[in-house]
Amino acid sequence: MKKNRLFENIVHGIFLILGLITVGCVLLITIYLIISGIPAIKEIGLLNFLFGKEWGPTSAEPKYGILPFILTSVYGTAGAVLLGVPIGFFTAVYLSKVANKKIRMIVESAVNLLAGIPSVVYGLVGMLVLVTAIREIFNVPDGASLLAAIIVLAVMILPNIIKVSITALAAVPKEYEDASLALGATPTETFFKVSVPAAKRGIAAAVVLGVGRAIGEAMAVMMVAGNVANMPSLFESVRFLTTAVASEMAYSSPGSLQRNALFSIALVLFLFIMLINATLNFFLKRNKEK
Amino acid sequence: MKKNVNLLALAVLLVSVLAACGSNKETVATDGSTSMNKVIGALGEAFENKVGIAVTYNATGSGAGIQAVQEGRCDIGLASRNLKDKEKEKGLEGTILAYDGIAIIVNPNNPVSDLDVETITKIYSGEIKNWKDLSGNDAEIVLVGREAGSGTRDGFESITNTKDKCKYRQELTSSGDVITTVASNPNAIGYASLASVKNIVKVLKVNGVAPSEESIKNGVYAIQRPFVLVTKKNATISKSAKQFLDYITSEAANEIISGAGVVPVN
Repeated sequence: MKKNRLFENIVHGIFLILGLITVGCVLLITIYLIISGIPAIKEIGLLNFLFGKEWGPTSAEPKYGILPFILTSVYGTAGAVLLGVPIGFFTAVYLSKVANKKIRMIVESAVNLLAGIPSVVYGLVGMLVLVTAIREIFNVPDGASLLAAIIVLAVMILPNIIKVSITALAAVPKEYEDASLALGATPTETFFKVSVPAAKRGIAAAVVLGVGRAIGEAMAVMMVAGNVANMPSLFESVRFLTTAVASEMAYSSPGSLQRNALFSIALVLFLFIMLINATLNFFLKRNKEK
Repeated sequence: MKKNVNLLALAVLLVSVLAACGSNKETVATDGSTSMNKVIGALGEAFENKVGIAVTYNATGSGAGIQAVQEGRCDIGLASRNLKDKEKEKGLEGTILAYDGIAIIVNPNNPVSDLDVETITKIYSGEIKNWKDLSGNDAEIVLVGREAGSGTRDGFESITNTKDKCKYRQELTSSGDVITTVASNPNAIGYASLASVKNIVKVLKVNGVAPSEESIKNGVYAIQRPFVLVTKKNATISKSAKQFLDYITSEAANEIISGAGVVPVN
């Protein structure tokens, strides 16, 4: 008996430690980001940093304004969601309510495969196919642009949106749908007037998850967006918050204002993602309470 | 318990002091040009593997590196330009380690094959915007370059005198990306260190000279700059620094230097 309890305690202890590792990592990253992100903001000035329109850390007169990055990230993410959510949402409705078993299996495994493709592959295909296509279709001098990034991001967030939406739709009690059908509603009316409203919080969570994925993506975007610190415009080369950090980190010398400013950008990005997570939690909690 | 902690702290302190002493004796300190990061990194690593002496590298910039060696704060200063007369008067001497040649590349379908440096300056600063002004196709020139802080970008911009003036359409993070982009866009122009250029792009002649090891070494090809090792004349340098200097200027180091994308002198 006593031996048994000792064993239980040990196992509990191990689980606790494993759990704390995750918490520890989050804390470590948060604290590190705040400590290394604050000095540059102090030196540049919060308003100059957040609302400055020019970025040129190696110019004769260095400029550290990240407004172009913030706006690009916001526009790029919004564009990806605008494109990706309708496609993802209707795919989910189709798969969970209309499609027969065989088609569902095929499409679902395609979606899973899409989720498993590394972002560098998205970037490479985008760079070689999409960027060239945009240049030729829209007759612009160069295809590396906000539009290319939006399209790549839209494709990348599709699997998230589809999978979470399917789960949400599957959780709708069958009685609701049966009742609707029994009252004489057509299947399509039932899907959109009964199933979808009943699953709307879950679908909203899917959208937020997609936003989180889109705003945090760096590699694929870096390869198709051109990376010049312009104010966002659909056919211009743009730089996102993520790519701003990733592209200059390698060469900025440690301890320089440039390196510190990159940490500050990462801190801003981190705050954005925290905000998105908070929104996600809000939706999920409301969902549970219902 | 507390005693133990104290002992432990003491031990850590002792070890770190000893380690610091050891490394003081046995390192070669270099300081200077950020562009030389790759070549010095590769040479330092090879030297450490061979002799067991570590080489430290402080990326501060050519000017700061020259000043550091002048003030005796490092063993070897690194400059990606020749020493000025004023600096030589202060008792410094420079040994050229290698030449950094930068190739100007365009799409293979581009009819333009020769530009002079002034034209390149005008192209990158946005004065010339269309290929037809250079007897090419009637199409907008797409400027492709590297990210701020890159050594190749710094080299290109300082040689063509386009610092802070470049109107880039794309800023990419590696030579490979620049080459791929130029290969896929018929109106693009870009730059990359000569060693990394592949034959999917067309290398332009500059002032009528095609870049090659030969033309870079004898200075005929214009878009190139020396990587200079700066030391104090008449001053004794540490034994390990001397050993490092001898090693990197020997023929054995040539392969490593070429591997870092620059042309060795010897």
